[in-house]
Amino acid sequence: MNIVEKILARASGKSSVAPDDVVFADVDKVMMHDVSGPGVLKVFDKLKKQGIAVDKLWDPTKVWVAEDHFVPSADKLSAENIVKLSNFTKNYGIEKHFKYGMGQYGICHTLSHEQAMVMPGDVYVGGDSHTNTTGALGAFAVGLGHTDIAYVLLNGNIWFKVPETYYFKLNGKLPDHVMAKDLILKIIGEIGNDGGAYRTMQFGGSGIDDMSVESRLTLCNMTTEAGAKNGIVEPDQKVVDYLSAKGATNFNLVNGDADAEYSKIFEFESAEMEPIIAKPFSPDNTCVVGEAPSVELDKSYIGSCTGAKYEDLEAAAKVLKGRKVKIRTEILPAAISIYQRAMENGLLKIFLDAGVTVGPPTCGACCGAHMGVLAKDEICISTTNRNFPGRMGHVESQTYLASPMVAAASAVTGKITDPRDLI
Amino acid sequence: MKGNIIKYARDNIDTDVIIPGQYLKVHDYAELATHAMEGLDPDFHSKVKEGDFILSGKNFGCGSSREHAPIALSHSGVKAILALSFARIFYRNSVDGAFLLPIEIDQDAYDGISEGDEIDIDVSKNEIKNITKNQTYKMKPFSEIIGKIIAAGGLFKYKPDQD
Repeated sequence: MNIVEKILARASGKSSVAPDDVVFADVDKVMMHDVSGPGVLKVFDKLKKQGIAVDKLWDPTKVWVAEDHFVPSADKLSAENIVKLSNFTKNYGIEKHFKYGMGQYGICHTLSHEQAMVMPGDVYVGGDSHTNTTGALGAFAVGLGHTDIAYVLLNGNIWFKVPETYYFKLNGKLPDHVMAKDLILKIIGEIGNDGGAYRTMQFGGSGIDDMSVESRLTLCNMTTEAGAKNGIVEPDQKVVDYLSAKGATNFNLVNGDADAEYSKIFEFESAEMEPIIAKPFSPDNTCVVGEAPSVELDKSYIGSCTGAKYEDLEAAAKVLKGRKVKIRTEILPAAISIYQRAMENGLLKIFLDAGVTVGPPTCGACCGAHMGVLAKDEICISTTNRNFPGRMGHVESQTYLASPMVAAASAVTGKITDPRDLI
Repeated sequence: MKGNIIKYARDNIDTDVIIPGQYLKVHDYAELATHAMEGLDPDFHSKVKEGDFILSGKNFGCGSSREHAPIALSHSGVKAILALSFARIFYRNSVDGAFLLPIEIDQDAYDGISEGDEIDIDVSKNEIKNITKNQTYKMKPFSEIIGKIIAAGGLFKYKPDQD
């Protein structure tokens, strides 16, 4: 069995599973945020009316909650949702609630690794599509809707069809100035928005072995944009070190068997990789930066679970150091822990000296929610994950998806720019 | 199940156009319905009628896990989506929450069915009848688990132990 099959077999109490089997898997961790949490509450209200008991969760210690989409509260309605969420966790005895303005908080997927909320081998479900991110720690990490999360909260398990697995093999170390974001955009460009639909996208090979855990998180994060059920990387010593440094030691690595089967294997040569962007209005509408259209950008956005981890900010700082931005540029570290490190290591000074606005952790403009949304006809280059019409604001705004290095280089020139032209 | 078709002849209708991100903070189902398809078709709310079906291409509902998407469509009166394929979270949200039926169709049905056509979906026969044009197409049968959850009326009414 491959790693996903082994995790699902263990979680469903079976000796083995194979693609297309339907299993009810025990869930190890479940996450909700200020959008999915109130959504789950609506489901609970509905269940109550149907006579289904919702007064007790299956295990509040396995539940954790993030405030990320509309925080700091964007308006009255989002403020009310935060209050609802606080009451929810209080009433149900959920202790792990990351509240903004109260120490560590951030984007849920970023907290999943920054705060070591999810362990290798876990079945982890979250009320958000980019829950896939955390597969980089070797967990089966899957996004679900409100009804399914409500089901997990009350029952502790949920059905899955065991996915078939596409294996993406990267040969060799990525060249300087080419980032994991470039690789995942290249993959999505090749297989399409539904190229991984209902499947696992697993990453391996010498190029992945060489990658940091944070880069692997970027890869798994955007498997969502290929329609995948989950993304995953087999956990190795880097994952052990990463989690140990955060004080997590109580976990067992699950790895695939030597004869693990994959329904398809794709190979990529690192030496051939270049910075890549996705043009409006789809993540699979990709081209190398050298062939990007010559558009006048209005804004550069470096934020989100996809593109504002510490490593992403470090990459942007490398480009922005000693330079000035020519267009409106916002950098929003994805979690307070990252914000702190950026301050301690001088990144914030580089950003502020360059003229950037540094904002608080929030999903914010990535999903067109608040704080930096785009006006009609505005054109943005962004380290985020989607660029469908209206994703970041007005339906006639445009978003180009790029790596933090490309977004930073483009901030300096006002045009879509290959970072190698500046460094 | 009979209804009339609203056709969007395109692929990748994503959750950002089905219900734009700014409305994610809204959890009032009736209010969400007023913004359904706002990112693609501002007239949708005024033209949709109770019992209508939407017909579209590949990868319907791709993007976010927001259950707001099937909720907004369902509370607009839409009873089924007919599409060449569906994105996974939209599909399972539609079924597990019992909001609407996601019906996978083939190219013949996609090409043959037009805006406004009256359609009769017979899930028991995996058949779609076009009453307006007097044509019949096949629908892809639901997988076993999906069929059972739909028959039960959603995931919470489905009892896996009784299988």
